[in-house]
Amino acid sequence: MQTDLTFSRPMRLLFLLPLLVVFAAFWLLPMGALLRISTGEHGGAYLALLHSPRYLQSLISTVLLSLAVTAVTIVLSLVAGLFLSRRAFPGRQLLIAALTLPLAFPGVVVGFMVIMLAGRQGVFSDLTQAITGTRSVFAYSMTGLFLGYLYFSIPRVVLTVMAAAEKLDASLEEAARSLGARDWEVLRDVTLPALAPALLATGAMCFATSMGAFGTAFTLATDIDVLPMVIYTEFTLNANMLTAAALSLVLGAVTWTVLSLAHTAGAQSAAPSA
Amino acid sequence: MKLDAIDITLQGCAKHYPNGHRALQPTDLSIGAGETLVLLGPSGCGKTTMLRLIAGLESPDAGGRILFGSDDVTRRSIEHRQVGMVFQNYALFPNMSVRQNIAYGLRIRKAPAAEIKRSVDELLALTRLTDFADRSIAQLSGGQRQRVALARALAPQPRVLLLDEPLTALDTQLREHVRGEMDRLLRQLGVTTVYVTHDQAEAMALGDRIVVMSAGRIEQIGAPREIYHRPANLAVARFIGTISQIDGDWTEQGLLCRGGLLPAPAGTPPLRQFWLRPEDAIVVPPELAHLRGTVAQAVFLGERTRLSIAGLSNEPVTVDITGRFAPVVGDAIGIQIRPEAWQANLTYAEAA
Ligand SMILES: Nc1ncnc2c1ncn2[C@@H]1O[C@H](COP(=O)(O)OP(=O)(O)O)[C@@H](O)[C@H]1O
Ligand SMILES: [Mg+2]
Repeated sequence: MQTDLTFSRPMRLLFLLPLLVVFAAFWLLPMGALLRISTGEHGGAYLALLHSPRYLQSLISTVLLSLAVTAVTIVLSLVAGLFLSRRAFPGRQLLIAALTLPLAFPGVVVGFMVIMLAGRQGVFSDLTQAITGTRSVFAYSMTGLFLGYLYFSIPRVVLTVMAAAEKLDASLEEAARSLGARDWEVLRDVTLPALAPALLATGAMCFATSMGAFGTAFTLATDIDVLPMVIYTEFTLNANMLTAAALSLVLGAVTWTVLSLAHTAGAQSAAPSA
Repeated sequence: MKLDAIDITLQGCAKHYPNGHRALQPTDLSIGAGETLVLLGPSGCGKTTMLRLIAGLESPDAGGRILFGSDDVTRRSIEHRQVGMVFQNYALFPNMSVRQNIAYGLRIRKAPAAEIKRSVDELLALTRLTDFADRSIAQLSGGQRQRVALARALAPQPRVLLLDEPLTALDTQLREHVRGEMDRLLRQLGVTTVYVTHDQAEAMALGDRIVVMSAGRIEQIGAPREIYHRPANLAVARFIGTISQIDGDWTEQGLLCRGGLLPAPAGTPPLRQFWLRPEDAIVVPPELAHLRGTVAQAVFLGERTRLSIAGLSNEPVTVDITGRFAPVVGDAIGIQIRPEAWQANLTYAEAA
């Protein structure tokens, strides 16, 4: 770590002050409050969570959904990102623009778009009606949520993959090929290891975003209770502060654990394996 | 370790890059089996392009052909050409240890584990890396990385070894040492080698033959001494070593120039200039000299002193002296020309 000689120590503390105030106001105090509320009654809220199938189910399905979204996002974005960063073809810029457009949409809009696609009056519904005679609607199911989250995550991950792929040293891949490696072996031994830190980091962000996503789930008003929806319901409709606080902390803890696991793994994958 | 040697032939190989830039004019080149051929030329002259054509990382424009022995490899991609390549930045796999890097080519070929171990151990010993086998690449010095890159390229027993400025990343001190090691190793292996460099000293020290290139063309191919003493043209003479031009008027006795009369051996055809390599002049006291001038610059280089002498010709003339004689700027100085330099001069004059 470099020593900062630019300002005197009191000056530097002064500069840090706004950050500390924000940190205290928006993190420390609310977290303390959450912790205090949720651990009232001797932590009974947490015990209740463990014994409630509904909350447990919600936690498990949120985690599974987020994991699935992350995995599929990574695979699709990896293929798309590598292709886009390596090939020059007419319309490339347009394709990139189209792929990254959803960046501009909040979760609500993404939810709305899923309804347009697969809702009761959606394109897919009309199409299946025309072909099979029965309307097929999946916007309000797990599939709809999954598609919405995917749609939301892919642009972010594609951009990260493209940025990382452009920084790859082309001579590494050429060296592997000169040693006889075929395309998939180059991908396995050189490209993926080099992209691993970026993939882990962006994958962790993708997971965290999916865990906390609210807008899409709210718009789709699905029958599946993702955790943020449950928290919202407990807090606003049932005025159940205790459970809402405990669930919030559980959600935070799970997400934070995954983020820090990914961080550790990223540090390891950046270091050599032997 | 000893590798099979094959010859390589390039026929009419030119290269346009997609952006329209013509990096290589149509080129024919034969590389002998087991020969070390050095591609030498200034940056941007097309050396790497030529190397990448041989490697199979680029393909030549239509009509070009590349043969390994009698095997036409023009349409074959690099992974099937069996070439060993050392990149300018070494391109070592950062996620693998030294041993894993060297073993990679054999692992890809699915060689038996025992054979991989035996051959990697042999290469580690050959490149004096045995003690570093389990280190990560990040823990190696520049010279060690260079040796790992070489060992990795050699492990699958390539038909040809291709090196792109393999010493450029090293500091000067180390460079000369590694150059010596490299020379010994290449001779021991007996593999056909194409070696790219922009450093003429490196080219002379390592090459059986040197290909001098400029602007995408081959200017001359020849043994180091041939290139140095019988350059095909002035550009080659200037690029390989230093050469000064002494202008004058031709007389019965020789070349009359600003610094005096330079006597020519009998039978010398009329000339209007003399081309002088720095080592072909002898410094003598001015009153005994054929040519007289004053020292315009004196650079002490340790084993020699490089003088720039004004007043001999229109431009200053560069002369090297050895020993402890230490002239300073402004000293009057005289030079004689070694008689054998006249022979070389005729070649330079033709080349000019
Ligand atoms: N991929 C490429 N696309 C376009 N031009 C290139 C490419 N690679 C090299 N060049 C150009 O071709 C010329 C020769 O390059 P190169 O073979 O790398 O030269 P050298 O190795 O002698 O320095 C240079 O002018 C360089 O800018
Ligand atoms: Mg080059």
